[in-house]
Amino acid sequence: MKTTRHRRSTGYAVFLAPGLLLSLLFLVVPLVMTFYYSLTAWQGIGTPVFTGLDNYTRLFQDADFWASFRNIAFVIVGIAIVPTVLGLFLAALLFDYIGKKHGDGIVSVFRSGLYLPQVIPVAVTGLMWGWILAPEGAVNSILDTIGLSSLVQNWLGDPGLALWVVLGVLVWMQLGYPLVLFLSGLQRIDPELYEAASLDGASWWQRFTRITVPILRPEVYVVLVTTTIAGLKVFAQIFVLTGGGPGNSTLVPAYFAYQNFFERADVGYGSAISSTITLLVLVIAGTMLTRQAREDG
Amino acid sequence: MKTDTTAPATSRVRKTETPGRTFPRRDWTKQAPGRRGAGSYTVVAAVTVFVLAFLAPFLIILVNSFKTSADYRANGSLSWPEQWNWSILGDVWERVDFTQKLVNSIQISLGVVVIAVVLALFNAYAIGIGRIRWRTAFLVFFLGVNVLPQEGLVYPIYYLFKELGLYDGKLGYTILVGITYSAFGTYLLSSVFSTFPRELIEAASLDGAGRWTILWRIVLPMSWPTLSVMCVFFFVWSWNEFLYPLVLLISNDQQTVPLGLSVMQGQYTSDPTAMSAAALLGVIPMIVFFLVFQRSLTRGLTAGAVK
Repeated sequence: MKTTRHRRSTGYAVFLAPGLLLSLLFLVVPLVMTFYYSLTAWQGIGTPVFTGLDNYTRLFQDADFWASFRNIAFVIVGIAIVPTVLGLFLAALLFDYIGKKHGDGIVSVFRSGLYLPQVIPVAVTGLMWGWILAPEGAVNSILDTIGLSSLVQNWLGDPGLALWVVLGVLVWMQLGYPLVLFLSGLQRIDPELYEAASLDGASWWQRFTRITVPILRPEVYVVLVTTTIAGLKVFAQIFVLTGGGPGNSTLVPAYFAYQNFFERADVGYGSAISSTITLLVLVIAGTMLTRQAREDG
Repeated sequence: MKTDTTAPATSRVRKTETPGRTFPRRDWTKQAPGRRGAGSYTVVAAVTVFVLAFLAPFLIILVNSFKTSADYRANGSLSWPEQWNWSILGDVWERVDFTQKLVNSIQISLGVVVIAVVLALFNAYAIGIGRIRWRTAFLVFFLGVNVLPQEGLVYPIYYLFKELGLYDGKLGYTILVGITYSAFGTYLLSSVFSTFPRELIEAASLDGAGRWTILWRIVLPMSWPTLSVMCVFFFVWSWNEFLYPLVLLISNDQQTVPLGLSVMQGQYTSDPTAMSAAALLGVIPMIVFFLVFQRSLTRGLTAGAVK
């Protein structure tokens, strides 16, 4: 018995070979190379010079690096936390109130509308928002028209404001993802539970906090894990909206690494930055997935 | 947005169990639309306004893509065009060689879909159905590879592609992105396959079917619902990629749609309506795709995100 199973499993291993080999070549080899470069001084040409942990020592004393991490905290708020909270609220409103009184049709129209930004390329939504937020753009035109000219400003050009504006755009881009997941999670809810709660005089808010939110816990977890990881990797949004500026006010680690790789030819330093993010992502993903696996049994 | 998901199959299995319930939820939700009050219409109106405001940016670029510069300067960005002027879209189309960009994006995305789905299918067949040794370790490997940030890989890839002559070419880029997505596909399909009815495979194997036959004749047709959703998602992801094409596809005749259009950035002051038209050109293909594949997109996202 044991030998047959063993033979069977080796037969199947052939199917894994190409995928595994290609992943090793295209993904693991570059990863190892990045880790190695992070221990060298290298401009991208010539031979890398081994310098040990010098890049990392420099990194931890670099104000730009710490600024980029502070900004990442903001990004995670904009990409993970605000959309989750807003998504929970909207999903409950659409499912438990509008869906019940006006049918599923209107709910799916709303859902599609709010999901749309998720399928548009970030480069394009960035172009669009850059246009709308420009000094002569639509937002300032609206403010002028409704008599709030005093608020007119360069939305992405003000160091104190740019990060908040980026955060708002991120929420706009991201909202559809939790909303769609939550709306489908709500399909699981036993309708009798809501009905019983209503008969007992539970208000909408009580049903929301006592039934909806606890039931959606698994979805909330998935959304927070995946979007937190996405937040750590955020690049395109920053590249197209602000280029990290003004100053370093919207700089994020991925963009900081990119600058060192391709604009400053400081490959060793860029590699140290990206190695740090990679390790952080792997640790966070590992912790969260192990926790989830343990909870699932 | 990438999602770590688990078995769509399980959720579908559960759905088939529901008809036995004493309170079919469809009936229940359909009873409800009797109790509409003025309050509920106010809520619907409020949400409608919210959704319209949410989508307003699309409307704004739509109207401004048809204005002449003179019209724009005279009336600002909020008015309707004095006349619907298609020439701006046409100019931008030519300036960025949009036809070429569309062809590139379609070629690349289709290639990525094929590579990613085939590799994922093979990997998952070995892990989920073949139950090869160390399968958990392999699964963890693919899971880990799946979360790797692209910025942690991009420089060595850029360097190696230059050495190998794959730099600034669609072929190498397509293979790279296909492999990247195959890790996610492997993870997703493996958990779908772990609930695959084993009797079917054993029966076929008793009838003398080999592993290839079982894969093509039994596993592939039965997992088509999951595979089709994967195809749709990989297509969208690949279409929307940013960092890799930014670094690896630099010449005009290799670039994808989003990258080709983003060169218009910064030309705002000189030509505002052209930039609006560029954004519009970038939005349209994905809106069309969204309308066509809406069901797959929402189902795929939700199907198995949670066990």
